[in-house]
Amino acid sequence: MRLAELAGDEAFGEKSRTFVFQDEGHTLGNALRCIIVRYPEVMFCGYTVPHPAEAKMHFRIQTNGPRAVDILRRGLEDLAKVCDHTTTVFQEKMTAFKATSTS
Amino acid sequence: MNLEESKSRIILNEYVVANTNATDYPGGFSCEEPWSHKKFQKNFRIEIVRYNKTEMEFDLIGVHAAIANAFRRVILSEVPSMAIEKVKIFNNTTLLQDEVLAHRLGLIPLKADPRLFEYKAEADAEPTEQDTLEFELKIKCTWNGNAPKDATHPDDLYRNHNVYTKHLKWIPIGGQADIYNAEQVGPVFEDILLNKLRPGHELDLRLLAVKGIGKDHAKFSPVATASYRLLPEITLTKDVEGELAERLQSCFSPGVIGLEDNGHGKKRAKVKDARYDSCSRNVFRYEDLKDSVKMARVKDHYIFSVESVGALPPDVLFVEAIKVLKKKCMTFLEELNEAAAEK
Repeated sequence: MRLAELAGDEAFGEKSRTFVFQDEGHTLGNALRCIIVRYPEVMFCGYTVPHPAEAKMHFRIQTNGPRAVDILRRGLEDLAKVCDHTTTVFQEKMTAFKATSTS
Repeated sequence: MNLEESKSRIILNEYVVANTNATDYPGGFSCEEPWSHKKFQKNFRIEIVRYNKTEMEFDLIGVHAAIANAFRRVILSEVPSMAIEKVKIFNNTTLLQDEVLAHRLGLIPLKADPRLFEYKAEADAEPTEQDTLEFELKIKCTWNGNAPKDATHPDDLYRNHNVYTKHLKWIPIGGQADIYNAEQVGPVFEDILLNKLRPGHELDLRLLAVKGIGKDHAKFSPVATASYRLLPEITLTKDVEGELAERLQSCFSPGVIGLEDNGHGKKRAKVKDARYDSCSRNVFRYEDLKDSVKMARVKDHYIFSVESVGALPPDVLFVEAIKVLKKKCMTFLEELNEAAAEK
């Protein structure tokens, strides 16, 4: 398992959580944060790499209603969709470019 | 500066680069616009500008810095490639010490397609045809018996005094010879100088190349570099003519400012193509020019450049990078689903 939850938020329901991503860093952290922070339900979202020598990334989500886990899931799904769309557009353009530059 | 401009442009002033912060977060100017995939799809564009076997440049338009940066970071350190990881030294009587030589050999770029190989399960495991490429380097320097008496140049005096990557001999493991040929897996260039020998010096090495990622060691990075810059935007706020126009031209990178005839026999400056300006802000050194120019950069227009080391073409590297990022998302989504199922 590379995903865990930090203890300490249980008393306040499921609205806020800090997730610990094993073997991840700024690459995933910042990309994910920039999407999740723009959900209207999200009151706070941020990430940190607590220590540079430890391959860990802490990801904090606080919402005004929905469960933090669901928001995280939605964020990961949206980021995956961004990746898919980028690939489609890039490959489309690349094929077109190769076709015009060889002819 | 109006609101629209402050959202979409970074302003380059004389002493400060203003307005660098993102605004598309709650509480920013664009807080009324929550994340929507539809909107992203509408605004997102890619334009290919330059492409060849090793280098490409393209524009990534309508993305957030964090996303563009994630692609860049993944290309640099998480897209795999093949590199020499173990060197078995049977004989090395050359001047280069074993460990220095081994490090040097590790940095040789290999043509082998990493997508056709597996990661080695354990570092000490026996090499198999799925995870390892083996090379041999056996070379001995001798006196050239036919050298003219008055020869002084090493090329005439010795045989094999320079060791190049072309001296590496590929040794297929298992059935590798049926799938690849030496041309497909060998070094990208055959004239990389590896060592210099003198008569009597000898090398006898076995090299083992494995698949790895740049995070582990820079030799596994598939690119020489991958970088992006924001599109510069230069606007002339008033007419600049004559000597001033020529001075203005010299303040920017070549080709950025053009001179045209103003109809009265004088030259007038106009912005021809701001794309490749270095954004040096040299204009602001001239009192008489500084008020006539406005320099900015477009916040969501990334000029992305990828320089491949040679194993995979740059477009493939970019697609591979996106795959790696997506795989991260999918791995964690699966874990979330598993955790939910357990409850």
